[in-house]
Amino acid sequence: MSRDSCEHCGKPAVVHDVIIKGGERREVHLCAEHAKAAGYAVPSAAPIAALLGPGVAVPPSAPRSASSLPTACPGCGLSFNQFRQTGVLGCPQCYDAFGTPLASLIEKAQMGGLNHVGKTPRRGGGGIDMQLLRQRLARELEEAVAAEQYERAAKLRDRLLSLKPTEPRSGTV
Amino acid sequence: MLSSGPWLQPNGPDCDVVASSRVRLARNVAGLPFSNRASVAQRLQILALLQRVEFPPELTRGVVWVNLNQATPRERQLLVERHLISRQLAEGDLPRAVAIAEDESVSVMVNEEDHVRLQVVLPGLQLASALERADRIDDAIEASVDFAFNRRYGYLTACPTNVGCGMRLSVMMHLPALRITNEIERVKRAAKELNLVVRGFYGEGSDATGDFFQVSNQTTLGLAERELLEKFQGEVVPLLVSYERHAREVLARQGSVLDDRLHRAVGILRAARLLGTDEAMKLLSRVRLGIHMGRIADVAIDVVNRLLLQVQPAHLQTGLGPAAAAREISGEELREARATLVRTAMAPASST
Repeated sequence: MSRDSCEHCGKPAVVHDVIIKGGERREVHLCAEHAKAAGYAVPSAAPIAALLGPGVAVPPSAPRSASSLPTACPGCGLSFNQFRQTGVLGCPQCYDAFGTPLASLIEKAQMGGLNHVGKTPRRGGGGIDMQLLRQRLARELEEAVAAEQYERAAKLRDRLLSLKPTEPRSGTV
Repeated sequence: MLSSGPWLQPNGPDCDVVASSRVRLARNVAGLPFSNRASVAQRLQILALLQRVEFPPELTRGVVWVNLNQATPRERQLLVERHLISRQLAEGDLPRAVAIAEDESVSVMVNEEDHVRLQVVLPGLQLASALERADRIDDAIEASVDFAFNRRYGYLTACPTNVGCGMRLSVMMHLPALRITNEIERVKRAAKELNLVVRGFYGEGSDATGDFFQVSNQTTLGLAERELLEKFQGEVVPLLVSYERHAREVLARQGSVLDDRLHRAVGILRAARLLGTDEAMKLLSRVRLGIHMGRIADVAIDVVNRLLLQVQPAHLQTGLGPAAAAREISGEELREARATLVRTAMAPASST
């Protein structure tokens, strides 16, 4: 494995680490994106796109073709265009039917928020994805430290520490 | 017909600037289209479902259901003026209703933009308590109603701007000093930076009449309710409160220039023969400021707070008695009635 390329995607590596565990030595080489995802602080000399928050650096939109737009929602018949005009969805199934384009809009509207980490209904609904929450907090902690926002970093660290390994699913906030 | 509405209460934490706190949760029934695409039959189905809910009695004492189609336009307007329903719910003729607790701290709208919009309002800055109550009422509703929810996006709402927690935290702030010092635009820009929505007295699409501004969080996805609350109540609101308090300090140094402005407001309210709603709100706002700054001593704060409601058009008309309330009243009659109401309420205390 070359030390110049990211071990996940082959892009130029900007973060290099050596992990020694159980007597074994392993080198880690990651591009800015995968380093960020793994919780490493990205060096400020990394490519600019890696330093900007989600949704800030956007590649030019691909040429529109009819097949790239989601079809109408099977639950209520609403088309994605109709939704774009009114800003209002037709039924709960629209969230799945409109897939990635809707996800991008939601991410933008929710200032980067991607996944629900709050209350869940007592019956059905499933548990909070603790793994996602932990990852997100770890990422934000790195970013806060890198930006010298130590108070915010401390709060994030406390929140991370307070997450028990297996939190019982409860319906309360 | 004295309203005990939370936002009228004369006390509550930081009530000199924060008139009231509101937590609103948006929920939808699983397996049905959102309100805008629901048929009349489906809307009736949703209503029937919600009306079977057993609300926690200690939080919703004396709860009543109001079917909006059975209410007259004036009655609906009364509900809007008391901040119990939105202007959106008041309009139209589709099946919709609202459950209201006697003390008006809780209202549950059915078939507004989302199937269920549950709101808890408390005096002053009390978002944590309001959230705790809203949470319990939410649980009570969920005990008999399946909510539309998925693991990725959380509570599914008609508008993606509400998806996730479906929770809107708001405070009704009274910012008369910032208005006088011409800093409202600056505050609005700061609010935008802080990712907040600033609206008028009656929420979306309304003016900041009486110098009241409704300030809410914008994000509902990616953070848990407690985190949203901590940020909003712990950092954001105190910052805005400090702006208003600082502006009041600046004004205080004006001495008699400020006192003149404040006492002229008292004077007009005690003497005018005709008063429009906007003018009444503007003057009452000054008096409210004066009382909280300790510069007006002979007017009680609860009188002013109650007048803020009683000068509103539907309340004013209703206050004129059933005969008057039944017929059409001219604008001038209303302005005269408003002036009389205010003069009477604010008359200097005589020995009784």
